[in-house]
Amino acid sequence: MADKITLEVFRYRPDDNSEPSFQKYMIPLQRDWVILDALNYIKDHIDGTLSYRWSCRMGICGSCGMMVNEKPVLTCAAFLENLIPGPVRIEPLENFPVVRDLVIDMRDFLEKLKRVKPWIIREQEDPAIEEYKQTPDQLADFKQYSMCINCMLCYSACPVYGLEPEFTGPAVIALAQRYNMDNRDHGNSARMDALSDESGMWQCTFIGDCSKVCPKKVDPAGAIQRYKVHGANTWWKNLLLPWAKDK
Amino acid sequence: MTNTTKSSGKSYKKEMPILWWTRRTSHIIFVMRELTSLGVAYFAIILLLLIGAISQGEESYYEFIKLMKSPILIWLSIISLLGLIFHSVTWFNLAPKAMVVKFGKYRIPGIVIMLSNYAGWIVISIIVGRFLLY
Amino acid sequence: MKSHVEPFWWSLFGAGGAISALFLPVLSIIIGLAIPFGWIDIPSYEHIYGIFEPLSVRLVLLAIISLSLFHWAHRFRFTLYEGLQLHRFKYIIAILCYGSAITIVAFASYSLWNY
Repeated sequence: MADKITLEVFRYRPDDNSEPSFQKYMIPLQRDWVILDALNYIKDHIDGTLSYRWSCRMGICGSCGMMVNEKPVLTCAAFLENLIPGPVRIEPLENFPVVRDLVIDMRDFLEKLKRVKPWIIREQEDPAIEEYKQTPDQLADFKQYSMCINCMLCYSACPVYGLEPEFTGPAVIALAQRYNMDNRDHGNSARMDALSDESGMWQCTFIGDCSKVCPKKVDPAGAIQRYKVHGANTWWKNLLLPWAKDK
Repeated sequence: MTNTTKSSGKSYKKEMPILWWTRRTSHIIFVMRELTSLGVAYFAIILLLLIGAISQGEESYYEFIKLMKSPILIWLSIISLLGLIFHSVTWFNLAPKAMVVKFGKYRIPGIVIMLSNYAGWIVISIIVGRFLLY
Repeated sequence: MKSHVEPFWWSLFGAGGAISALFLPVLSIIIGLAIPFGWIDIPSYEHIYGIFEPLSVRLVLLAIISLSLFHWAHRFRFTLYEGLQLHRFKYIIAILCYGSAITIVAFASYSLWNY
């Protein structure tokens, strides 16, 4: 058993006016370690200046996404053992501006998320009704899309987002679908407005990598294609039956 | 929206190379899938020219067939056919992602939608072949 | 509801994708390979002329040709945007792609009508 493995970690420290570079760290190879454990080992024992985001260590907070050997992954779920013999290249999530080392600026994503109103919108709220019931089938319609943890791996995998930063992107459209398909929601047409312009779903060319990298099997690519079908149907309906109202 | 700001006011953004899709096999396959549209357009135009030749009379019909036997057009036919088949296969495989069919509460599994696409392909091919040749 | 033209082009792209996936391979095998290579006898002129005589057949053929072309126009437009990063020329590219499809479709309608 080789007991050491090399990590090549992307470094960017804007305060030093330095150009981005890769720094090599030799670390002990523990079979039960994930990449995040290795980064924590570096931070604690080798180089305290390394910056990166993490929180829960169990694939639910969505904050430790990075590029590992050019693939976007949650570093808390990527085992070192599968990357033997190395070296393992660790970079910040692609397609985002890098603030420092492995930390990216996610404000663009949050801004876009807000635009699709990811909450239940009701035409009228009746305070007398204490709960809005939902059958298991109705839940099944959108449950998959509600699993998204906003880790943004799909944005890193999406070349369209890389080429056109205006593009709303996979997770946000999938989350719009999560509410559109909820039987308690009435916000479909408001979200359609936000997503049917040039920056919206029509930019997507169904490359499909977003669904491949999703750690929660949300399948944003499928969500976007379904939304396109819905958008096209709505468009023809508005053209041919302008008097009919949609949800 | 913004790429800059942060306490120091600086951030780093990697540019995508022009031919970004050459770096990954899945992206090369994606671009190949997109380029099948050229085969589709090419063959649509061939069909149109064939109809034009037929409507102009017997002589131009046989001339058109002679033209189709020229080496350049044979090669174009082979390449465009490969593209057309790749287009059909990728189209049918991805169809279940966009098509969700429900019978009441029951959602038809994607594999059934995909297979019915293939079944339709076979049936239509047989009908068109018989229609054209017999 | 804001109105955008993108869903219209996408509908044509989708319809064209389906119709070309179903119809074109068999037609291409027969016309592009089987006849030129002599795997099958060349259909006689009378036979082939008769096939396209009914207006309904010509309408189906027009649908196949025009939707296929709109399928190409839409897909190729995005191939140029993305594959070669030509997004800054997006209006010119859109006009060229859809424009040439419309031109050929107009020509196809004319020649199928005057068959």
